[in-house]
Amino acid sequence: MEKKATRESYGEALVQLAEKRSDLVVLDADLAAATKTGIFKKAYPDRFFDCGIAEANMMGVAAGIATTGKLVFASTFAMFAAGRAYEIIRNSIGYPHLNVKIGATHAGISVGEDGATHQCNEDIALMRTIPGMTVINPADDVEAKAAVMAMADFEGPTYMRFGRLAAPIFNDKDTYKFELGKGVTLRDGDDVTIVATGLMVAEALTAADTLRSEGVNARVINIHTIKPIDRDIIIKAAKETGRIVTVEEHSIIGGLGSAVCDVVCEACPVPVTKIGVMDTFGHSGPAPKLLEEFGLCAENIINVTKKFIGK
Amino acid sequence: MDAMIKKQLEVTATKVRMGIIEGVYNAKSGHPGGSLSIADTLTYLYFAKMNVDPENPLWAERDRLVLSKGHTAPALYSVLANRGFFPVEELKTLRHIGSRLQGHPVYKKVPGVDMTTGSLGQGISAACGMALSGKISNDSYKVYAVLGDGEIQEGQVWEAFMFAAHYQLDNLVAVIDNNGLQIDGRVKDVMSPYPIDEKLKAFGWHVILMDGHDFEAIEKAFDEAEKISGKPVAIIQKSIKGKGVSFMEDNVSWHGAAPNEEQYNTAMQELKAHLAQLEK
Repeated sequence: MEKKATRESYGEALVQLAEKRSDLVVLDADLAAATKTGIFKKAYPDRFFDCGIAEANMMGVAAGIATTGKLVFASTFAMFAAGRAYEIIRNSIGYPHLNVKIGATHAGISVGEDGATHQCNEDIALMRTIPGMTVINPADDVEAKAAVMAMADFEGPTYMRFGRLAAPIFNDKDTYKFELGKGVTLRDGDDVTIVATGLMVAEALTAADTLRSEGVNARVINIHTIKPIDRDIIIKAAKETGRIVTVEEHSIIGGLGSAVCDVVCEACPVPVTKIGVMDTFGHSGPAPKLLEEFGLCAENIINVTKKFIGK
Repeated sequence: MDAMIKKQLEVTATKVRMGIIEGVYNAKSGHPGGSLSIADTLTYLYFAKMNVDPENPLWAERDRLVLSKGHTAPALYSVLANRGFFPVEELKTLRHIGSRLQGHPVYKKVPGVDMTTGSLGQGISAACGMALSGKISNDSYKVYAVLGDGEIQEGQVWEAFMFAAHYQLDNLVAVIDNNGLQIDGRVKDVMSPYPIDEKLKAFGWHVILMDGHDFEAIEKAFDEAEKISGKPVAIIQKSIKGKGVSFMEDNVSWHGAAPNEEQYNTAMQELKAHLAQLEK
């Protein structure tokens, strides 16, 4: 299967977007080469502004630009967007509900060799606590591009999470349609539901296919919009399959797993087990090895799921 | 400056101060000291300088003002109300449940407020964004940012100062209200930002020193600011915290405290007497 990092998709989508939005402005904080806004910078140098290594100011600048009606994307690593600039995002973007798109790349443990200081496993948790913030975590190239285009037309603060590691492209670019706030059922099944997001969706699909060959029919739901979350698809899955496994390249505290639990606890309590980074910091190493070590792989999803449903 | 205009501005500024005291007294909380120190400059900007339309507060071509020292909202609210953006009577609802006049300014909630502020150090960045946007699309509007001298202890402010100079935002004027006091005491004792002028010059800004309570000096400073091209302008205004209410002047205990009834009466009497003298 062809692969591409969603940060790459992000950079390419910005160029595509600029063709139809003459008011597009892109900011970065000295990471354009890594976040891939550099692709945009090369194509539209007049609409790209480097803010230097100053993320707090960048988020405030983005807020100011948004008040003048232009479409603005502010980009840096997830750690320095959601982490370092959290309070600026909350007070200068979230509270006035400004139309700023935050393109946060290098999310999760798959940052790899840079180690724990750069592996942001907390961004989803942080961003989803901000009232009115939309949180998007696309799973592959097709979805990432479609999400960027869709969110450009959406009015409101948005946090978009992209990855460094090349991710398998499983969506069909000719038929794929991004629907904000709608989960996508990728595999049907009644024994258990695997709810995954981002890089973990492809792993969940591999896991589900193996499980099926072993007689376990696992439903797979891709949640690209973590906030507002698709309550209906989760409640339906809870009712029809009775058990839910959540998988995310993020802390098990406050991320997709927590968001799913928030829904089922209130609406249809069923057992949920969470796969994610287990309240610990990451460390340096090649991304694929780290993903394996932290259980963010098909093999672990299979094992956890089988144990969870008593097979 | 024309003597009549000067007197009119002094009259308006006194009314603005009365609105500040009215608001903070009725709220039983708030920040009168820093509101009173910036009252003259805000009065000048909204009544004699800025291109704004109270009937159309979000008019795209308007000049913008970001009150980065957002805790002095009572001053901004009072100026806006006196300028006709909303009724002066509404100042009494400051900080009340259901009021538009939140403890710190909120964009789009209060007519005339151009940016949500309150968390110190953030407004200047937003002002930079507005100024940059104006540059991108060749708009003619000006952006004013008002910062406290304590506020510039925030690191983000210096990120913004660097940014503004780097992108040559000569459509941006930052006023630094140098009243010399912050919550914990004298700014120089808490965490000295001095010399502010030399630091800003080193950051690539054009710096103007101004007496923040003399309308002729204020006009001169903003006229000079307008002539500068290729770099942002900082106006460091020497001011008196609590200016206009004798017992509040240069007294740090009035940074964030409301007057009781007796103090309120004394303050209003002083301001009314000053007003009567001006209007004589």
